[in-house]
Amino acid sequence: MERIKIFELKSLYRESMKVYGFRFGEGEKTVCIVGAMRGNEVQQMYICSQLVKALGKAERAGKIEKGKSILVLPNINTYSMNIEKRFWPTDNTDINRMFPGYSLGETTQRVAAGVFEEIKDYRYGIQFASFYIPGMFEPHVKVMETGYEDVETAKLFGLPYVVIRHPRPYDTATLNYNWQIWDTKAFSLYANRTDRVDETNARRMVKSVFSFLGSLGIVRCAAKGVRSRVVRDDSFVAVKSACGGVLLRLAKTEETVRQDQVLARISDSFTGEILQTLTAPCDGKVFFVHNEPLVHEGTVAYRIMPGEE
Amino acid sequence: MNERIESIVAMKLPAEESVRIFRHRLTANARKRLPRIAIVTGIHGDELEGQFVCYEVISRIKAHPECLSGTVDVYPALNPLGIDTLTRGIPGFDLDMNRTFPGDVNGAVTEQIAAKIIVDLTGSDLVVDIHASNLFLREIPQIRISESTEPALMPYAKLLNVDFVWIHAAATVLESTLAHSLNSIGTKTLVVEMGVGMRVTQEYAHQLTDGIFNAMKALGIWTGEVAPVRSPMISAAHEVEFLNAPCCGLFVPGVEHLHRMKAGEAVGSILDPLKGTEVVKILAPCDGLLFTLREYPIVDEGSLIARILRD
Repeated sequence: MERIKIFELKSLYRESMKVYGFRFGEGEKTVCIVGAMRGNEVQQMYICSQLVKALGKAERAGKIEKGKSILVLPNINTYSMNIEKRFWPTDNTDINRMFPGYSLGETTQRVAAGVFEEIKDYRYGIQFASFYIPGMFEPHVKVMETGYEDVETAKLFGLPYVVIRHPRPYDTATLNYNWQIWDTKAFSLYANRTDRVDETNARRMVKSVFSFLGSLGIVRCAAKGVRSRVVRDDSFVAVKSACGGVLLRLAKTEETVRQDQVLARISDSFTGEILQTLTAPCDGKVFFVHNEPLVHEGTVAYRIMPGEE
Repeated sequence: MNERIESIVAMKLPAEESVRIFRHRLTANARKRLPRIAIVTGIHGDELEGQFVCYEVISRIKAHPECLSGTVDVYPALNPLGIDTLTRGIPGFDLDMNRTFPGDVNGAVTEQIAAKIIVDLTGSDLVVDIHASNLFLREIPQIRISESTEPALMPYAKLLNVDFVWIHAAATVLESTLAHSLNSIGTKTLVVEMGVGMRVTQEYAHQLTDGIFNAMKALGIWTGEVAPVRSPMISAAHEVEFLNAPCCGLFVPGVEHLHRMKAGEAVGSILDPLKGTEVVKILAPCDGLLFTLREYPIVDEGSLIARILRD
C-alpha cells in the first residue's frame, strides 16, 4: 500500500487541505474508488477506510492480480467534514457539481480539477454517493444514462438494485458523468445512510466492492451477493405527506409491503392527534424512508419499488 | 386599478407554520387579456437588492394608477424562508433553489415548489429575475443571457437601463435555473445581477426601476412618462477577463469598483496578516472596465477577485 498526496490547497489560518489516495497493486490504472466529497458523507468515508484495510490485507496476501492497481480516496473534502458542513466552507459550493474542474477557476473548480487529473484514466470508477434528501435507502448502484453506461458490469456488485438514471442538467458536472465522458466505466454506490456510521452496511458495501473486483479478476476472491434487479429511477412510487408534523415510521427499508399496508403515521406536533396515515399504494418493497423526525407537507416519506415479492 | 396579494404556494411546515410565496398583482381595469410583466426576486435568500426594486415598482404604480394599462405581478420572495433567515439556499435542505427548476410535482418538496412557480409565471410577456451577486462580489447593473437566447432576449435587455449585457456561453448546469426553464418554454425571462449580497444599493434599484417602467411602456403596460434609459455595453464571453486569487490571504482593493483599468495597473493586493507581508499584487492583464470587484476580503486560492471587460 502506498499513501499518495493527490492534491493540496493552502488556507490562510487552517493547515493545508491535503487529499490522499491509497494505492494497492501496481501497473494499469484499473479501479479508482472515491468516498466523501461532502462534509457530511461520514458513512461514505468510513466504507472507504474499511476498503483500505481490506485491500491492504488482500495485497499482503498476494491476492491482487499482477499489473493491476486500485486507488482509494476516502475523502476529498476534509475542510468541510472537519467543521461539520456539507458543502465548501466559504462559498457553500458543491465539489460534485464542479467536474471535470478548472485549474485556473474558482476554489472548488480547482479541487475538482486537481483530483480529476489524477483519477480520470482509470478503467473503472466507483463513487460512494449520497442523496440530498435525508433518508435511508436500500443499498444500490446507480449508473447514469450517458450512452456509455455499462449496466451488465454494474450487476457485478451483487446489490439488490441497479438503478438507471437519466441525467438532469446538473448531473453533467458530477464525477460519475465526467468519468463516463472520459471513458471510465463509472458506478455510484449508495450506502443506506450518510451522516452516521453503520458498520453492518459498511461490511455489506465492502463485500459488494470485493464481489465486483473478484468478478473482474482484479482481486482473487469469491464473487458474492444477490442477483441485481435493473430499474429506472422514475419507476419508484412516491408516498408523500399531506400535512406537516411528526413522522412515526412503521415500515423499514428492504421490507416487503402489501397494497394499503400502513407505512407510517403523521401526528400533530402539538396535540399528538394522528393527522394522516400513510399506506402503501401498491405491493412492493420499501426502497427509501425519510429518516428525519419531522415532515413538511409534500415530503416524500417513502419510495416503493412496485412488484417485489 | 385592481390589486390583490395572494399566495401562489402554501405548504405546511412541521410545527404550525406554513411557508407561503406571495404574488402582488396590480392590474388595469379591463375585460380583455392584458400584457403582463413579472418581477421576481429572492430565489437566493442573501440577495436583497431586488427587495427595494419591488417596493419602488409598486409605489410608483400606486402613485399613478391611471397610467397602468396592463398587469404587473411582483414576487418579492421566491425563497421566503431563506430571506427571513439570512440563508442563500433553502433552509433545511441546504439546496440552491435556482438549481431545482423546472421542478417536479411528484418530486421532493423543493421540486414541487419550483414546479408551482413555473406554472404561475408561464405566459408572462416578460419576466425580470433580479439577483444581487452574492456576499463576495460587487457587480454593476447587468443582464446575463446565454448565447442561445440572445436573439429573443436582446431587444428586451436593452430596455432595462442596465450598464452591461453579458452574453455568456451555454453551461448545462445553468439549465436548472428559473430563467432557463422559462425561456425554454417561450416565456421571455431576463436575469439581472447588480450590487452585492445582503445589502441594498438604492442608486442601482432606482436605475433598474426606471428600466422596468421603460419596458412596461414598450409592452403596453404603462402609459405614463418614463425616464430616458442608457445604452448598455454588450459583451461576449471571450471579452471578459477573470482575475482569480493565486493564493489565500486578505484581499484589499487598490481601486474603486467601475474603475477604468490600464494593463499592469494593480487591482489590489493579497496580504498575509500573520506575517505582515504583501503576498502578491493583483494586476490587470488588459485595459478595460472593472465591472466586478471582490467585496469579501478573505480569499482562498481560486477565489474570484475581479472581472474586467476588455476595451
